[in-house]
Amino acid sequence: MGRYFAIRIGRAALTIVLVLTFAFVVLRLSGDPALMILGPEAPPEVLAAFRKAWGLDDPIWFQYLDYFGAIAKGELGRSMRDGRPAIQLVLERIPATLALTLPAFVFKVALGIPAGIYAALHRGSGIDRAVMMTAVAGFTVPSFVLALLLVLVFAVQLGWLPSGGQDSWRHAILPIVTLSLGGAAVLARFTRSAMLEVLGQPYIRTASAKGVPWHRVVISHALPNAAIPTVTILGFMVGSLIAGAVVVESVFSWPGVGRLLVVAVANRDLAVVQCILLLVALTMVTSNLIVDFLYGFLDPRLRAKGAHA
Amino acid sequence: MAPLVSIEGLSVAFNGVPVLRGVDLALGKGEALGLVGESGSGKSVTWLAALGLLPRHAKISGSVRLDGREILGAPASELDQVRGGRVAMIFQDPASALNPVLTIRKQLCEALVLHRDLSGEAVKAEALRLLNLVGIPDATRRLSAYPHEFSGGQVQRIMIAMALAGNPDLLIADEPTTALDATIQAQILELLSTIRREMSMAMVLISHDLGVVAENCDRVAVMYAGRIVEQAPANQLFADPVHPYAQGLIGALPPLDGPRRRLTAIPGTVPDPAHMPDGCAFAPRCALAAEPCRLAVPTLAPIADDRTVACIRAEASRRALLGIAAE
Repeated sequence: MGRYFAIRIGRAALTIVLVLTFAFVVLRLSGDPALMILGPEAPPEVLAAFRKAWGLDDPIWFQYLDYFGAIAKGELGRSMRDGRPAIQLVLERIPATLALTLPAFVFKVALGIPAGIYAALHRGSGIDRAVMMTAVAGFTVPSFVLALLLVLVFAVQLGWLPSGGQDSWRHAILPIVTLSLGGAAVLARFTRSAMLEVLGQPYIRTASAKGVPWHRVVISHALPNAAIPTVTILGFMVGSLIAGAVVVESVFSWPGVGRLLVVAVANRDLAVVQCILLLVALTMVTSNLIVDFLYGFLDPRLRAKGAHA
Repeated sequence: MAPLVSIEGLSVAFNGVPVLRGVDLALGKGEALGLVGESGSGKSVTWLAALGLLPRHAKISGSVRLDGREILGAPASELDQVRGGRVAMIFQDPASALNPVLTIRKQLCEALVLHRDLSGEAVKAEALRLLNLVGIPDATRRLSAYPHEFSGGQVQRIMIAMALAGNPDLLIADEPTTALDATIQAQILELLSTIRREMSMAMVLISHDLGVVAENCDRVAVMYAGRIVEQAPANQLFADPVHPYAQGLIGALPPLDGPRRRLTAIPGTVPDPAHMPDGCAFAPRCALAAEPCRLAVPTLAPIADDRTVACIRAEASRRALLGIAAE
């Protein structure tokens, strides 16, 4: 068991290093931050001074080591735009993002999982087909299209809700709905197929043959098994709580982490982008670790393998 | 004596394709019946249909009576009392027949709580007694183990313990030893017949292994293409099969004594359920088939006490006998 987790934690650390390296390389390949921030008309000596101040004229490997050295010391750099610590800029935005993603997560689970279970139990029925058609529509329509569609109907045509901004709770409704629908659709499909797989297993027939009433077969025999694959997708959803709303925040002008990321990338504000990526990598990796732990909890066969591994 | 179970005209179709085409079968209290036939002949489907364990899209008709009470199409609450309580079933592949995420204790006690008036410590005590009965060593400790921690033979023993939990009158053993090693097979069969004798429980042993059936059953029914084609006391069937299919099955067995002889195989394959031949389903493979065989489906008719056969040749000989008797 201990080794099972040691391996996973090591893998998680490696993932974070790779994400940070990727961020470092891509950002430095994609343009000169000095030019982006100061503009092409800036005098050459100003540009040179900017590069020197931010260490941009050091050799690339030196910058790379420096970058990891600083991260190790907990220094995540300062925004090149306004000089404030990058971590502070990012942390300020987190509550706004969570105000969208947390309720959306709750709705996804509350809608998607029951819909998937219901569809599986009534396979081939009209309701099953309706749920699955909605689900396919829900995850094939990109979130920005859905967002624009909702704005068109509820903000422009009906005028019931604002189309963007963060002035009241009413502003949060459309972004939350946009995020919930797509996620609920994915979850419904996953849950349905996990349930169908489990319901076809011989042990379900054994339970029925024992005289266990059908509702109890579903609750105590099928659900614990179907939970195993469903937890995987829930893990992804928890992992994307911080940065899962980039598109939606941009469409609805919602000042969260996602929108900060878009602006920071456009401006080549390296420290901010790196800071966000680190945060995203950390949440993803943490939620994956939780998922691995839950697998061990849900599936005694994995627990046994972990003990022997 | 009134039969424990009587099945009449049981038919099952999946998506319009008939897989059972009118099964008639009766089983007495405490009797051991062997049900033999090739894969797909409908041996398992007969009992899954009788107990309402087939998927909803299966179309089932006919009648299944347990102690004279119709259970086909009975409400779920009534079937839940029958399943596990009066009629228990064990399956072919024990490894996948137990729920992998629940402990043995949970799965065994579930059956006890459902069918016996037990609670608390009494449930655990009874679970331990059952595990000891089926020969699981160190039962107290093993009760909290998961199915993957047992061997195939042990899991089948646990399945048997679970099946016995409700004190059933009938145990359906659906190919209980097919997935097991030969030595374990013998142990499991031994266990089943001991338990059957001690609990005076009836048993249906579904198998394609004629040897297994010959040793463990009082009576044998042979199935072919969704129908019963012959039934007889076990010793009579093996000594003197009447239906050409039963003759073929038994002719394919090597004799233990006597001179060596060439084993015979039945030519051809089982007909596709979607394209059944007219008349007798076995006619296309039957060496003795004649023109009338292809005209009408032969009915299962008695040829002697305790013996029925569905073959027009048997009917003809019976009529001849009756004719002689009438004169």
